[in-house]
Amino acid sequence: MARKPTPKLDQLEKGPWPSFVREIKKRADKNATCADLLGVLEKSYEERVGHWKHGGIVGVFGYGGGVIGRYSDVPEEFPGVAHFHTVRVNQPAGWFYTSAALRTLCDIWDRHGSGLLNMHGSTGDIIFLGTSTEHLEPIFEELTQAGFDLGGSGSDLRTPSCCCGEARCEWACYDTMAFCQEMTMHFQDELHRPAFPYKFKIKAAGCPNDCVASIARADLSVIGTWRDCIEIDQAEVAKHAAKGNDIVKDVVMNCPGKCLSWDGKALTVVQEDCKHCMHCINAMPKAVRPGKERGAALLLGSKAPIMEGALLSSVLVPFIKMEPPYDDIKALLEAIWEVWSEDGKNRERVGEFIQRVGMGNFLDAIGLDPDPSMVAHPRENPYVFYDLGGNGKE
Amino acid sequence: MASFTHGNITIEVDEDGFMAQPEKWNNEVALALASTEGVTALSEDHWKLVNYLRDYYTKFGVAPMIRKLCKETGFPLKTVYDLFPSGPAKGACKVAGLPKPTGCV
Repeated sequence: MARKPTPKLDQLEKGPWPSFVREIKKRADKNATCADLLGVLEKSYEERVGHWKHGGIVGVFGYGGGVIGRYSDVPEEFPGVAHFHTVRVNQPAGWFYTSAALRTLCDIWDRHGSGLLNMHGSTGDIIFLGTSTEHLEPIFEELTQAGFDLGGSGSDLRTPSCCCGEARCEWACYDTMAFCQEMTMHFQDELHRPAFPYKFKIKAAGCPNDCVASIARADLSVIGTWRDCIEIDQAEVAKHAAKGNDIVKDVVMNCPGKCLSWDGKALTVVQEDCKHCMHCINAMPKAVRPGKERGAALLLGSKAPIMEGALLSSVLVPFIKMEPPYDDIKALLEAIWEVWSEDGKNRERVGEFIQRVGMGNFLDAIGLDPDPSMVAHPRENPYVFYDLGGNGKE
Repeated sequence: MASFTHGNITIEVDEDGFMAQPEKWNNEVALALASTEGVTALSEDHWKLVNYLRDYYTKFGVAPMIRKLCKETGFPLKTVYDLFPSGPAKGACKVAGLPKPTGCV
């Protein structure tokens, strides 16, 4: 297939790192969409202007989300990318596939799209990049036949995602994959039929290392933790010391809670000062591990800066036992969605909503008692307003 | 800009099939557009939804939020999808002749 020269894009193939240009070129010789994708991108680099129109509305019958419409504003020049829709496919929890499943996905995408895909997008989904409207229903049909489903897009519950959890990780404090699967299946309506003021993301991390970065990327971050004391195996600590690890410098002095001490023979911890940061556990595998009473902390409100600035999630429930079928978390989510959907503005994330209405009012509305753990940082304003409660005489 | 023909009706539409000139909307146009969204006939319930969307749009210049639409028409979201299988934004708004709602990825 004839391809126009792309001198500017070719620059992006230089150097030892992976190159998306190199990957697209591999398919450009046999696929018109990929050839035109390179062409339109080179044109954008030359003219310093994007050639994708803003937003399109396409989808499949029965679903309001899962497909993102994309059109070129130069379709005559690059007919292969006149339509270049993105399809989000719900990933399996923890991103575990058989090679047969991967081949099935690739075959479907070869038949109906550009063949370019993203494993995985930052939502966690499998991202199929570049197809046209008439292929959407056939793609959907073939995906569902193969046991896959579309993910979320627009103002709906986005595809829940999680770390690999207990499948591979000894630090997981709960079964993130079971939780992710249960939320996905239970909230199918919220996932496929957008009805929220804006997007809502759930990410489940098995421990405070938070490998899925849920604290920065999910409206509801479910982060595994423990509420008793970390467990210390003194014999293993001694082995680390014998190997030449500097326990004081590398572990004790890096503890943000200053709760550890090492006398050369034993590592001791002051439990109430422990911030559950995972540093000592990461630094000394086998020697230190999370406590026995495990569960998760629920944090709410993080988002990237689009409408307003970036936010990190802050604590809503300091500790909750993670017991299937997670009815307590489902009820809490439904209460949050009810309040936010009723009073949230169009395109207002739940974190921004809480900032606008105030945490106290929000907690009242969802029926949750305030807790000192919810305080993200000390008050900066010295003028204190407080409600005496009841009839004001208490 | 593409044109779309259904029976005697020919209208200008954008690439998603939304009307380029919403002021040319009428009941026959609605019926023609419905045929592209998996709706063969417009029942009383379809018209209730379409008329609500048009009234709201005429008054406020934007499409209503989905929760408001469900509340004020009395249709649960499931019913809205039963009426318009491609959903309120793509299906119902298109048939009601509203400009394409701006979506978010």
